[in-house]
Amino acid sequence: MRRRYCEALVLVWLWVVTSAPAATPSIDFDDVMHLLAQRQHGRVEFVEQQFLAVLNHPVESSGELRYDAPDRLEKRTLEPRAETLVLAGGALTEERGEHRRVLDLHRYPQILPFVESIRATLAGDRGALERIFHVEFAGSVERWSLTLLPLDPQLTRIVKQVQIDGSRDQLLRVEIRQADGDRSLMTLRAPKAP
Amino acid sequence: MNRGQVSVIALWLTCIALASLIVARAHYITDLSAFLPARPTPMQRLLVDQLRDGPASRLILAAIEQGDAAARTQVSMAMAARLRRDSQFSSVNNGEPVTAERDREFLFEHRYLLSDSVNAARFSASGLHAAIEDTLDDLASPAGLALKSLLPNDPTGEMLHILERLESAPAPSTRDGVWVSPDETRALLVAQTAAGGSDTDAQAAAIEAIRAAFTAAVRESHPSGAKALQLKLSGPGVFAVDGRAKIERAAVRLSIASGLLVVTLLFAVYRSLPALGLGLTPVASGALIGIAAVALGFGAVHGITLGFGVTLIGESVDYSIYFFVQSRRTREHAAEAPSWQQAWWPTIRLGMLTSVCGFASLLPSGFPGLAQLGLYSISGLIAAALVTRFVLPALLPGGFVIHDVAPWGRFIAQMLRPVRQSPGLVLVICGLALAALTLAVLHRHQDTLWNRELSALSPISAEDQIYDARLRGDLGAADVRELVIVSGPTLDSALEGAERAAPVLEALGNAHVIGGFDSPVNYLPSDSTQQARRDSLPDAPQLLANLRQATTGLSLDSQHLQPFLNDVEAARRAPLVTAHDLQGTSLRAGFDALILHQQDRWNALLPLHAPPKAEAVDTARVRTALQEARINGAQVLDLKQESDALYASYLSEAIRLSLAGVLALIVLLLVALRSPLRVARVLAPLVLAVLTVAAGLAFCGVQLTILHLVGMLLIVAVGSNYALFFDREARLHGAGSEALTLASLVIANAGTVIGFGLLSFSQVPVLVALGTTVAPGAFLALLFAALGSRPDPSPPLAHSSQPDRPRA
Repeated sequence: MRRRYCEALVLVWLWVVTSAPAATPSIDFDDVMHLLAQRQHGRVEFVEQQFLAVLNHPVESSGELRYDAPDRLEKRTLEPRAETLVLAGGALTEERGEHRRVLDLHRYPQILPFVESIRATLAGDRGALERIFHVEFAGSVERWSLTLLPLDPQLTRIVKQVQIDGSRDQLLRVEIRQADGDRSLMTLRAPKAP
Repeated sequence: MNRGQVSVIALWLTCIALASLIVARAHYITDLSAFLPARPTPMQRLLVDQLRDGPASRLILAAIEQGDAAARTQVSMAMAARLRRDSQFSSVNNGEPVTAERDREFLFEHRYLLSDSVNAARFSASGLHAAIEDTLDDLASPAGLALKSLLPNDPTGEMLHILERLESAPAPSTRDGVWVSPDETRALLVAQTAAGGSDTDAQAAAIEAIRAAFTAAVRESHPSGAKALQLKLSGPGVFAVDGRAKIERAAVRLSIASGLLVVTLLFAVYRSLPALGLGLTPVASGALIGIAAVALGFGAVHGITLGFGVTLIGESVDYSIYFFVQSRRTREHAAEAPSWQQAWWPTIRLGMLTSVCGFASLLPSGFPGLAQLGLYSISGLIAAALVTRFVLPALLPGGFVIHDVAPWGRFIAQMLRPVRQSPGLVLVICGLALAALTLAVLHRHQDTLWNRELSALSPISAEDQIYDARLRGDLGAADVRELVIVSGPTLDSALEGAERAAPVLEALGNAHVIGGFDSPVNYLPSDSTQQARRDSLPDAPQLLANLRQATTGLSLDSQHLQPFLNDVEAARRAPLVTAHDLQGTSLRAGFDALILHQQDRWNALLPLHAPPKAEAVDTARVRTALQEARINGAQVLDLKQESDALYASYLSEAIRLSLAGVLALIVLLLVALRSPLRVARVLAPLVLAVLTVAAGLAFCGVQLTILHLVGMLLIVAVGSNYALFFDREARLHGAGSEALTLASLVIANAGTVIGFGLLSFSQVPVLVALGTTVAPGAFLALLFAALGSRPDPSPPLAHSSQPDRPRA
């Protein structure tokens, strides 16, 4: 139970982290990574849709993402129900109403490189990313797209592909295709001015 | 030896043989039942059972420290694997998800009987609609996503609901799959023993098994850091075993040491091996008969009683000293002086009776430990005195004599002479001044004079207690302090009670009176509840119809939910879940921890969590809420408060009884001495000694416990002999006899001070309490008694040390 639960969390994690904001103009992959590496903090709003085979309509949720370099990320879901997910250090903390639970990512070695690769993306560490994924970069700095394919067969059984679209220093869209055909799509935008 | 003496010795030997037989066959107990009141209320019995065999008493906390993190992890895993195969442990947990798969299967299979949200309304069309809508919302969250694959089987989300209830307790931090302290310097493991916490032998064996598993794991582990690893254990069982070992070590070491010192002292005085052997006869007989009397009177002897056997040596050794030293005098003045039996036996007898008065006050105590100590002392003292009176004279060999100690007595008398010759009024004023001073000190400390917490008697050092608290903090498993207990004649009735109490406690949780609670029904609901849930499940056609209606307008089609229909149908036909079904899951330990079985009662334990930002639960409000809701058989137990209250009641009772004992003693002395003035002169030094010791302890910041009180009784018991001898001396006006009286008293006193003084150096608080009270108290009692008595009018006579025939 717990294990499956954790894997699911990591999936979520995947879309959380890949949606982190990016930085200044450049012309290719290395430049995009370089800009990501320079980004220290970020805050965006998200809308997430999950397309499940058993459902006629997608499940929708929305909230806010916060990022602090090098490895802290917070996904604050506001709708349909409030919930917070925080990655800090090696632990994932979930807070939901009165419930709070901490999951140690060390405990699931098959997931650890996966999470580590996402941390590497946020840190703009291309080398670390490519140790875990086959990475395809397409487009320009104004409109770029990263396609990540897990190298580890264990991971392939859960996640088929992750695609992150962005523009300059902004992440716009994160799509995760799962091995069972379900997929999720997260769209991001800068928070409305207060 | 005449015929009378032969029969005395035969009678004595018979008694000793009988006593030995009883002592050999007696039942000895070392558990907490010494603290169980003789006639406990159900609450007190529950408290003691909880402390003795409750789930908390069976936990052993283990920390692996030093070395490096990888080695700690590896050793933790290897240790846990080894201990899980050991039937001494009902559960071993170090954070590894060993039973996770079985837990999951169990919960999933029985979800419709275990989930408290299952009822008829939930399976109606509208109920299903709401539940499924909820689950779809959950899918948007990571927790819900984990259940995506379960959706076709469990569209109402019962599994997630059950998990959330079970996981309400905070989990410890983990690293590399095992529990660690938040700073990651310790790997943590929790073992629950199958045996109760009061079974100290079983606890000792379990601790040994854990140490062995650690040693083996270190030996087999590869990381070089393993060699530096250290294992630290804590928990009630560990404390019990340590405490017992400490008391045993202290008792053995101190008994040997004080025994050697007293023997050396006696030998230095007697200069005769037979005298030494004879001198110890009353002590040994008294101890043996004392234990036999306790075994007969109480059915079983507490370890705590044996531990204080030393208290008896203090006084009974004195009898033989008085006998040897003073019978010498009667021989020296055989012609004109009365025999020892005539001259001194009445005094010893009166001294013995005053001691008996003091200890008799312990007999009615509700604290079995004290009552046993009382009986032990009374029977031991009577036996020792009788042996001294009747057996020793019969055993004395012809021509027997001990070294002349009169010169010592004369020397001491010389030293005391200046004070003793001062006017009586000055002495009285000095005494009153000292009494006033001590009373002032006691008055100043009156609020903190007595320690009313049971932990005052605990042999566990403060350091160990702090370490225990730290480990519990690391594990997020604070020591349970408050709990609601619901009892019933059967397990099922107790579970039903727990179910009735749950809504009340939930309301209290919402009102933040409590932070939450655990309940055994989260693991296993009562039969009737399970039955009601099972009955509430609609049959297949009805459920399908409801489901079709429920899913209209939802994104989930009922056609995807065939597995759900199958599972509900299976659940309708499945038997109820029993405690046996929990076997093999980690839930079993969780359930067992919350059930306490007494002879004819089952108790469901519902530990309460303190509300946020509060140290303790307001138990009065919980009690009121349960009463208002008319939850029969539910009680609120504050373990610390309740055990402290129990101890405090023992303490106040013991104080009251001791005062009654002192009154009885005064009456006895009035009857025997027939003069209030003499009684006052006998009592004054004792009262002064007790006051001075109490004030001294209070002045040094020591809080008095029940053992200090016992110590004060001992001061009175031992000291009354001194005072009575001086009183007797004053009446006899026997020229030259004072030196011998003084010498015998000083020797007896030295033995007592040595024996009890050694206790002060022990690591065990109860022994220290006794030692620091009696040693100075006995000395002061003698000093005050000697100073308060009038010296011999004539200078001591020089006399021959030529041996006489002993008087038989």
